[in-house]
Amino acid sequence: MSAITSDNHGLRLVVRYAVLVLIAVIFLFPLVFMLISSLKPDQQLLADTSSLRAFLPVGDISLNNYFAAFDRAPVALFVMNSVIVTGVTVLLSLLICSLAAFSFVFLKWSGRALILSVILATLIVPFETIAIPLLLIASKLPWIGTEGLTFGWLNSYRVQIVPFIADGLTIFLFVQYFKDLPGELIEAARVEGATWPQVYRRIVMPLAGPVIATAAILKFLVMYNQYLWPLMVVQQESYRPVMVGLQYFFQLNRAWGEIMAYLSLITLPVLAFYLVLQRAFIASIASTGVKG
Amino acid sequence: MATTKLTRSNGAGWAFALPGFGLMVIFIILPFLFAFGLSFTNQRLISPNPTEFVGTANYRQLLGFGTITLDPLRDDAGVVQRAADGSPEYPRLREYTRNNPDYPQFDGMREWFSFGRGESRTYVLARDVVFMKAVVNTVVFVLVVAPVQGLLALGLALLINQRLRGINVFRTIYFMPVVVSIVVVSLLWRFIYDGQDGLLNNMLDAISFGLIPPVDWLGNPSTALGSIIAMSIWQAVGFHMIIWLSGLQTISPTLYEAASIEGASKWQTFRYVTWPGLRNTAVLVLIVITMQAFALFAQIDVMTRGGPLDSTQTIVFQAVERGYGKQDISGGSAISVILFCIVLSISLIQRYLTREKS
Repeated sequence: MSAITSDNHGLRLVVRYAVLVLIAVIFLFPLVFMLISSLKPDQQLLADTSSLRAFLPVGDISLNNYFAAFDRAPVALFVMNSVIVTGVTVLLSLLICSLAAFSFVFLKWSGRALILSVILATLIVPFETIAIPLLLIASKLPWIGTEGLTFGWLNSYRVQIVPFIADGLTIFLFVQYFKDLPGELIEAARVEGATWPQVYRRIVMPLAGPVIATAAILKFLVMYNQYLWPLMVVQQESYRPVMVGLQYFFQLNRAWGEIMAYLSLITLPVLAFYLVLQRAFIASIASTGVKG
Repeated sequence: MATTKLTRSNGAGWAFALPGFGLMVIFIILPFLFAFGLSFTNQRLISPNPTEFVGTANYRQLLGFGTITLDPLRDDAGVVQRAADGSPEYPRLREYTRNNPDYPQFDGMREWFSFGRGESRTYVLARDVVFMKAVVNTVVFVLVVAPVQGLLALGLALLINQRLRGINVFRTIYFMPVVVSIVVVSLLWRFIYDGQDGLLNNMLDAISFGLIPPVDWLGNPSTALGSIIAMSIWQAVGFHMIIWLSGLQTISPTLYEAASIEGASKWQTFRYVTWPGLRNTAVLVLIVITMQAFALFAQIDVMTRGGPLDSTQTIVFQAVERGYGKQDISGGSAISVILFCIVLSISLIQRYLTREKS
């Protein structure tokens, strides 16, 4: 009796793993194809698509496509632009949004409930619906820089950064987290004479590690993968991020090997980042769900 | 009370909240209000002429449509004239839509689609056929993606929720496409869908021993939108798997124990324990997918640019093509407002549904 059930159990286990592996193959094959193809010369790359060789590093394997990609486009510049835009936006967003959330949760001031509800209402406004009027606004905004007062933000880092610093979701995540912090801690600090900036810096933020990770990861994914907005506001090569830089590879004499190399180059760092921090990545997605 | 005095501070409150709120006013709320305002003008990105108020002209241009039923042409004896293939011939639509003083309402419209009824034929005309197609395509995309992706994500979540050695490895893999840019994914899938060397055609050829002829998946109007739907689901399903998974993990294990003591079957356990516990998650997943699906843009821009034959035009693609491509800010804004109204009504329906049940 027990032998039969354990056999049955073993078979079931095999079926379960087979299903899991099959689905894993469906999710992995395009990415594997990308990486493998980036190592092959164009002719072999195309010929290999007719067999499983498309997924195997066989034949003429080299890093030539990567060198060619760097020759074709200012890849390093695009990567640097993306790193600057993404990094600065994430940092400023964490600071500005946590400050606002701190105010909504711990400080009592008139109008805060109304303003918080306005901020949360923006959650149902998709970026795509404001992109066109935002383009008009960005083309006219003033800026005081090294050249004095100028108008129009197009073709700059700031047009890619400033509009994305404050957003409803990030503020919401901080508000939810701050609400669960013990209020007595803050009261005690106030009684002992701590100023609000001190409470924020010494007490609240040191406890906010998990929500900082969540907000940073979500913002990172949004910013690094930006496409529509930079496409509209950045025509100059010197400010282009990686996703828009892809256009270089679709101009004359398209080379698929180089495209695959460029795609791998801009995707691998994110995948590596994800694999190292996968628990935090998944927790950050989950937290948008449970609390939403 | 001391605490009230210590926590009440209007100045500090505003000072902390203002940077964030101010930025949101300038970059979210203002453009949002602008979209409404601009949609009633003829604003262009760069124009020598001053902006004028044009009322609802942009909306009438986008949404105007009409129907006209035509009888077939008859010769002098009253016999229906037929084309070479035997189908009846009808008067040319152009006679009604170009400067016909009897039909001013149809002026400038084009045929959207038509259907026959008896001998007569009804033509549905639209002032902006491309936009109409974009709306229909977007709605089709949402109606397919929302349930299919939601259910597949639930299936994956149930699969991943098993207690098996190494299950986290699979969770990591299933989620992987979510962190990859949709632009990168779209390009990769262009390669998979390619009509000649595409991986999909080669694979179908191999498993059918050459019986399935190759298809130009993105170049054929009848398969292009479906191909983009399949890819979009592949990319985003892991995201919603995680949301379902976190919903599953809020269900108390004691409920499952009780069900197993009562001798419930697997289906009964799912039907009476799991599903009721997931109701709020289900609404959330559907709403998030729907809102993301209405914003469909990058896939279209990278893979088909609306073609072939406008079979993959979408609302956002049209908004960008006009507002940015043709620098027609007012037309693009009107499209944005229409999109927002659709999204708003859907989240109001969500509010209504969740209120009823809780």
